[in-house]
Amino acid sequence: MTTPLSHIRNFSIIAHIDHGKSTLADRLIQFTGGLTAREMSAQVLDNMDIEKERGITIKAQTVRLKYTAKDGETYELNLMDTPGHVDFAYEVSRSLAACEGALLVVDAAQGVEAQTLANVYQSIEHDHEIVPVINKIDLPAADVDKVKAEIEDIIGLPADDAVLASAKSGIGIEECLEAIVTKIPPPKGDAAAPLLAMLVDSWYDPYLGVVILVRVVDGVLKKGQQIKFMQAGTTHLIDRVGCFTPKREELTEIGPGEIGFITAQIKDVAQARVGDTVTDAKKPAAAPLPGFKEVQPVVFCGLFPTDANDFEKLRESIQKLRLNDASFSFEMESSAALGFGFRCGFLGLLHLEIIQERLSREYDLDLITTAPSVVYKLKLSHTKNEAAKEIELHNPADMPDPNRIDEIEEPWIEAVIYVPDDYLGPILKLCQDRRGIQKNLTYVGGRAQITYELPLNEVVFDFYDRLKSISRGYASFDYHQIGHRPGDLVKMSILVNNEPVDALSMIVHRGSAESRGRGMCERLKDLIPRHMFKIPIQAAIGGKVIARETIAALRKDVTAKCYGGDATRKKKLLEKQKEGKKRMREYGNVNIPQEAFIAALRMGDDA
Amino acid sequence: MAEPLALYVHWPFCVSKCPYCDFNSHVRESVDQQVWRAALLADLRHEAMLLPGRAVSSIFFGGGTPSLMPPATVAAVIAEAAALWGLTDDCEITLEANPNSVEVAAFADLAAAGVNRVSIGVQSFDPQVLEFLGRAHSGDEARRAIAAAQTCFPRASFDLIYARPGQGLADWEKELRAALAFGTGHLSLYQLTIEPGTRFATLAAKGELVIPDGDAAADLFDATQALTRAAGLPRYEVSNHARPGEESRHNLTYWRYGDYAGVGPGAHGRRTGQATERHKKPENFVAAVERNGYGIKGESDLPAHERATEAMLMGLRLNEGIDLRRVEARSGLGREAFVDAGAVARLTHQGLMRAAGDRLAVTDAGILLLDSILSEVVKTH
Ligand SMILES: Nc1nc2c(ncn2[C@@H]2O[C@H](COP(=O)(O)OP(=O)(O)O)[C@@H](O)[C@H]2O)c(=O)[nH]1
Ligand SMILES: C[S@@+](CC[C@H](N)C(=O)[O-])C[C@H]1O[C@@H](n2cnc3c(N)ncnc32)[C@H](O)[C@@H]1O
Ligand code: SF4
Ligand SMILES: [Mg+2]
Repeated sequence: MTTPLSHIRNFSIIAHIDHGKSTLADRLIQFTGGLTAREMSAQVLDNMDIEKERGITIKAQTVRLKYTAKDGETYELNLMDTPGHVDFAYEVSRSLAACEGALLVVDAAQGVEAQTLANVYQSIEHDHEIVPVINKIDLPAADVDKVKAEIEDIIGLPADDAVLASAKSGIGIEECLEAIVTKIPPPKGDAAAPLLAMLVDSWYDPYLGVVILVRVVDGVLKKGQQIKFMQAGTTHLIDRVGCFTPKREELTEIGPGEIGFITAQIKDVAQARVGDTVTDAKKPAAAPLPGFKEVQPVVFCGLFPTDANDFEKLRESIQKLRLNDASFSFEMESSAALGFGFRCGFLGLLHLEIIQERLSREYDLDLITTAPSVVYKLKLSHTKNEAAKEIELHNPADMPDPNRIDEIEEPWIEAVIYVPDDYLGPILKLCQDRRGIQKNLTYVGGRAQITYELPLNEVVFDFYDRLKSISRGYASFDYHQIGHRPGDLVKMSILVNNEPVDALSMIVHRGSAESRGRGMCERLKDLIPRHMFKIPIQAAIGGKVIARETIAALRKDVTAKCYGGDATRKKKLLEKQKEGKKRMREYGNVNIPQEAFIAALRMGDDA
Repeated sequence: MAEPLALYVHWPFCVSKCPYCDFNSHVRESVDQQVWRAALLADLRHEAMLLPGRAVSSIFFGGGTPSLMPPATVAAVIAEAAALWGLTDDCEITLEANPNSVEVAAFADLAAAGVNRVSIGVQSFDPQVLEFLGRAHSGDEARRAIAAAQTCFPRASFDLIYARPGQGLADWEKELRAALAFGTGHLSLYQLTIEPGTRFATLAAKGELVIPDGDAAADLFDATQALTRAAGLPRYEVSNHARPGEESRHNLTYWRYGDYAGVGPGAHGRRTGQATERHKKPENFVAAVERNGYGIKGESDLPAHERATEAMLMGLRLNEGIDLRRVEARSGLGREAFVDAGAVARLTHQGLMRAAGDRLAVTDAGILLLDSILSEVVKTH
């Protein structure tokens, strides 16, 4: 039996970090009896260690709550927790598309803050009904009137009926649930129409195989049903349908308006792509749901094991991770100095960091990460043996002979930024500095919406972080790719002790080459330890050096004292130094520590 | 015939704990001298039983503060060693002394007991520095102790700690000139090291104590070399200087990777390929001796590789460097197993090492980089 549409509510919770989203979610689950007090471990929704630590959600999660409202009726409430970073913008948009409304949680003492706004804009874009909840009213510093005024003035939402709550003390929880039932509209749908369901997210579970989170629009999903993924074109047999309460519970079917999961003996998440449309293989819908996007990696970098013996382990670990994350790609790569590793593609820098962190943490691997790069298109002129051709370049180290390159094209994006007026100036400057082309600028209330075209290369590394810090977090940012355009791009090599370090070479715009080169040299000077000889560090384009630094020779490294006949310390020190060297890579007799490679990621604005 | 043997005897007690010191030294209200004398002698007898047929060529009383030992105990240990093994004619018997007046008063008795060399822990002559270093003596006491040692013993040496916080080149040169003016045949000049677990380490971690950086320390070191060389006391080990022939023969045995017996708390010994270690804490040591008749905490056969490593770590501290043939003989390995020839070639080219025939040494230009050099040259596993 599925729940009638009128008795379903799908919602998400949006909040600035630490305003109480997780605590409130826990309370809602507890209140409706999803878990007993004993079963509640704090913040049940954040699953992975990394999610808990960083306070971000990487995978969408849902919880189905049964709530008997004051009108005497029992409702099915689906609470959706969405990923929280622009790298996962597409996943977020699919999660939001699965809901009709949102609880907007605002801290009664802090008031409206950066992410409050950024999240509200997104929610509004999905036509959500937004229910303000003023949380932490138990705090002595709580100022409900002020916060109400802020919600009305800054966000432009009526706040008279805002729910007053303390998630911590359990105040206002029932009021939240009532507001969800009375204010958020029920979903629309038709049980008799052909099956039409959106694939909201998917992940790999070692016991169940790939678990697929779906939102049914029309029709009914049943165990034993033959389904078809309309974009992928594959068919599968459903062997399980169910929901999370948050415990996994099996059901016989999921009807229109409902959110739940299915499994269908799928081994690889790549087959279950976010945004795909699930339909009945025998009685398919006429057209898929709109908004499907093929998510493609936009940032590439090489991952190499610090210890060459770990290559096989890295391969296995990457394969396992990939089972759970279809949005990153990998292929084998070999480098003169780093040996064998993988060229991997990611949705953005955060995604890269998460994967790298999971590999080192969950799989206990020490990795060297090469400078990230976007995908360039190169037009090559013909040679004696080869016709003219166009190639894609994922790795600056593979850059062909510059004489053969007629043109280099780089990917561009269109970015939409919302930001309060106060921060407009510095943000325009940031976009301008990143070779942006302004397309549009409009004001809505106290905030601006800016549209810019920007080279992706200028965005992937730290643009989002810069944007957040310049706007003290108030800016929201979304982008999509708009194709490749020719650019005046050059390969910049880094030479350490006169030897090129392939892992640090990068493609840069000629105009910013010098400052980036200088930035790299300065950073490396600090990161490479002094050696027994002096080390020149140079940035060069072709044969021309555009920046240089010198690391002075080390002068003292000796144990002054002797401990009689006790050689233990000296042996330990020797071991430690040898161990340390294993974590470094040698170029031209210079040992470059792992951190130096990673630091290439953190090109600040000085670069 | 077996090589002669060096004997190390550890006395673990001090009047107070210096804030930079991580040696096996302990402060105790009272020490039962009978018990300690008996324990050291018993430990000594055990070692002699395991290492028969060797003549003792040097004895070193180290600490802690061995100048706090009753001279009678020192005499008893020397006599016992002579009885058990026999001493070579030129046996060098050194005792580490702190320059406090009471201890200096015992110099004559110690000399009578057989001690023929003292090494005095002067550290500095500057009253403020002595206070900073937590020393229990004054500058004058230090000067008097050196003078007394020079009259009481055939050979005397003293230690200074330099490259201290805020110490400038000129200050140090002045202090060193004054030290050289005493005319002792030997000097140990240690750059201050912050050792984990000491009070200085805590202060350094809090940023309240900052020692000169590598470049400044290197300048001080270079100045030290120039002054000592000019005074006829060149460096023969990283931190040790002597008029030729006046080197500490006992310490040379360690550095040349000879055999040494180590008795007393925390003492280490090497009996041809076997490593011995005594219980470190004084009470545990005494308890072990009372229980077993000796203070050994562990004995292990050193694998060939480790023997070669130790020989390299010790030997390359010396100006003379190592005799590769000797290391081969002591480890049973060919040199290619423990020396990275490529690294030697590179470092020789850079002027940091010297290689000639069976001799391998670190040059004056390289000695301050010894730890880095070892990490490249010594092949482990
Ligand atoms: N005093 C008080 N603290 C709260 C309340 N709700 C949440 N907190 C605390 O605020 C912090 C952040 O809460 P959390 O739910 O993790 O916020 P999130 O980042 O929005 O998920 C935690 O220390 C909570 O214990 C509340 O109603 N009153
Ligand atoms: C075994 S210790 C001490 C001998 C004797 N108890 C004394 O303090 O005079 C030998 C020498 O090591 C040196 N030393 C000890 N700790 C040191 C440190 N942290 N840094 C530099 N030299 C140190 C001192 O010069 C000391 O005299
Ligand atoms: S007197 Fe010597 S052994 Fe004792 S604590 Fe001070 S430095 Fe260490
Ligand atoms: Mg949270």
